[in-house]
Amino acid sequence: MTLTRRALLGYGATGLGLSVAGLPIRASAQVQDLTIAYNVNLPSWDPTVGPSAVNPTIQGIYQSVFDQYIGQKPDLSLTEGLLTDWGWTDDYSQVKLTVREGVKWHDGTEFTPEDVVWSLERAGNPETGNPIQFIWSTIGNFRIDGNVVTADVKQFDPTLIKWMGFLTGYVLPKHYMEEVGPEGFEAAPIGTGPYMVERFERNAFVRLKANPDYWGGAPEFETVTIKFVTDASSRVAEVESGASHVTLEIPYEEYDRLKQKPGLEGVTTPVSDIAMIFINDVEPMLDENVRRAMHHAIDKQLIVDRLLSGYGVPIDTLQTPQYVAYDPSIQVDYDPELAKELLAKSGYGPDNPVRFTIQTTRGFKPKDYEMIQAIVGLWRRVGIEAEIEVYEIAKHFELRAADQLAPAAFYNWGNAIGDPSTSTGHAMFGPTPHSVWDGQELIDMIGPLWGEPDEQKRIEGWKAVDRKIAEDGLVIPLIQYVQPIIHSAEIEVTPHVSGALHPHRMTRA
Amino acid sequence: MSLKSFSIRLASMIVTLFGVAVVVFVVIRVAPGDPIAMMLPPGASEADIERLRGLYGLDKTVVEQFFIWLGGVVQGDFGTSISLRQDVLTIVLGRLPATLELATMALVIACALGLLLAVLGTRRRGRRAEAAVDLWNGMTLSIPDFLWGLIFILLFAVAIPLFPVSGRINPQLNPDYVTNFLLLESILRFDFAVTGNLLRHMALPALALALPLSAVIAQVLKQSLKEVMGLDYVMLARAKGFSEFAVIWREALRNAILPTLTLAGVQFTFLIGGTVIVEKLFSYEGLGNLAIDAVINRDLPLIQGIVLVFAVLFILINLAVDLLYATLNPRLRNG
Repeated sequence: MTLTRRALLGYGATGLGLSVAGLPIRASAQVQDLTIAYNVNLPSWDPTVGPSAVNPTIQGIYQSVFDQYIGQKPDLSLTEGLLTDWGWTDDYSQVKLTVREGVKWHDGTEFTPEDVVWSLERAGNPETGNPIQFIWSTIGNFRIDGNVVTADVKQFDPTLIKWMGFLTGYVLPKHYMEEVGPEGFEAAPIGTGPYMVERFERNAFVRLKANPDYWGGAPEFETVTIKFVTDASSRVAEVESGASHVTLEIPYEEYDRLKQKPGLEGVTTPVSDIAMIFINDVEPMLDENVRRAMHHAIDKQLIVDRLLSGYGVPIDTLQTPQYVAYDPSIQVDYDPELAKELLAKSGYGPDNPVRFTIQTTRGFKPKDYEMIQAIVGLWRRVGIEAEIEVYEIAKHFELRAADQLAPAAFYNWGNAIGDPSTSTGHAMFGPTPHSVWDGQELIDMIGPLWGEPDEQKRIEGWKAVDRKIAEDGLVIPLIQYVQPIIHSAEIEVTPHVSGALHPHRMTRA
Repeated sequence: MSLKSFSIRLASMIVTLFGVAVVVFVVIRVAPGDPIAMMLPPGASEADIERLRGLYGLDKTVVEQFFIWLGGVVQGDFGTSISLRQDVLTIVLGRLPATLELATMALVIACALGLLLAVLGTRRRGRRAEAAVDLWNGMTLSIPDFLWGLIFILLFAVAIPLFPVSGRINPQLNPDYVTNFLLLESILRFDFAVTGNLLRHMALPALALALPLSAVIAQVLKQSLKEVMGLDYVMLARAKGFSEFAVIWREALRNAILPTLTLAGVQFTFLIGGTVIVEKLFSYEGLGNLAIDAVINRDLPLIQGIVLVFAVLFILINLAVDLLYATLNPRLRNG
């Protein structure tokens, strides 16, 4: 048989046509390859360096491949990770860490206490660029005895243990990192986590393969594909078309619509991410009556119901109900009459409003701009005239670090270790570059709490700080965000209060 | 092109690129947003900020930073991405093929569609078909490409799931190719399973990009055809008894297409720029998608690298169009 050029072209065109017209890829009835449409890209595989290391949403992907020193349950409580026991000595001069035995890296090499020490030393080294280096550098002089690592405490920080289950608290393979270097690690990362990286296409997808030797038990799905779909409408289409089984962070209206569709289910959970308004101690915010009136004039439940389709939890302090220092007795009620009275004491009212600028992002968080529009409307009723200035989140960071925010500025604050030091502490302690309220009274209250070893005394101290902040109107906490997750009815999804979406916590229904 | 004009062109390219480099370097540093502030966790002190600033070389003056960067660029070192922690040039050149393939596909679709519409409108001028062509052109032109993208997703990925919503290729496929010109390489390798999959992923974003451009091409070409159709040589062809289609296709189109060619060349550069939003919408792993992430992360070296590569691309495309135009236009060719 002679194959002519024309025939070859014909066969080629036919083959191509059949390939293009082939049946679309749909989720099968029995889910084999779990596909997740994720809302963020994964810029780097090193979970301890660079901007992605402090991005809470990315942690779900990192935690699929790498293990943390200490694990974090879905309710934020700590659990065993690569450490099975941990604690301070009685005089807080040392920290003792018991390392899990029988764990293997994805390349089959045995995981050892040397990996833990190497990872901690690397994290504390200022030259590696770990953004949490200031925490990791508080311990040093590591010694290994069997499977116990002991370190000297250079500066006591009561949150160190919690950080071991949070940002940059990952154990990386000493032997492999030294062998392949940072670029080799980016190309083919290995960890001890429930999944191994099979293929990674930057900005497109990562394919994960179950780690059969995982110390926590092999995950349910043999393969997982995480597609990076950063556009919310595309994520909706992904799950609606059946191309992905799970997605998250979609508009609440779409969530309500999709969960009604056959074959789809939804789950929501309040996450450790709150909306708040920073108050800068410049005019007219030096007037306590103005600050308190601003807070009392906001109907947070109305905002949740009208703008967020009911998905949100009003809060009055920077602690959410899941945080250890949450105190439900601290309340700042919606009371527009009280707001008017307070303003009147300072000579303001609807006919003579107090004027200032409020900054906000637009589209960075769900309904951020709309929330501020609604708040400005509520303020107007009591005698506050605020002009809205829209800025990008990067500008917010820059202005906040330079203490140059407007008198009021909308922001969202995450705190996935649930400790008051990383919510109220860093947001309100004047000397840090994160706070714009510099009042000495608050500095004096917060200062001693940073190194307070008595946990009960420390937590009570933070509650007192929160009460003081609420009474003086030094910040306006608004709501705790709720994370919407839509998934195939054939999948069970366990949400995590940190907001991380974990493939290994998903099972077949 | 003579040696003198080539030298002038080359010098002009270098000056343009230097200008682009200066502008982008200054603008992204003046624009709001500090990459270090972006990566600061709660608890970082002023000393931590300075430490990170020094680590990324941002503690030097803008002028010092510029000349350090420029010195590297001249030697092919575009720096290291802050967010991706990899060589900028490697990242950018790795993504460029995906965007070029998408833009080329969009251009091919736009030219084919524009040509079809222009010929149809000319062939049926003064009739309902021409009005329909004008209406279609007006509609496709008034709807931006990203909106077309959304419409196509809803229609052909959700309502009738014929095409995938996102990505460049099915993650299950694992083509072990030498280049990142996956479409081209798959065709050359007769790997039609991959070709078909790539085309299915490319279809909706390419069509979204192509539709507004096809309207522009159709309008310009139709106008050119209208002018040419009244010329003597066309009348002569008619007098010879050629069919109306043959007159348009064989005689009129040859001359009328020159302005359209220039337009298509210029539009191709805009098309590459336009891929930014469409790539984001379809999670297409090209240069545009990368550019958005770089801007969000305030990844200064990466933004600089992307803009500079875009600039080189624009200059080269314009040069290619000029050369092609000179080749096809007898007046320029002989002049």
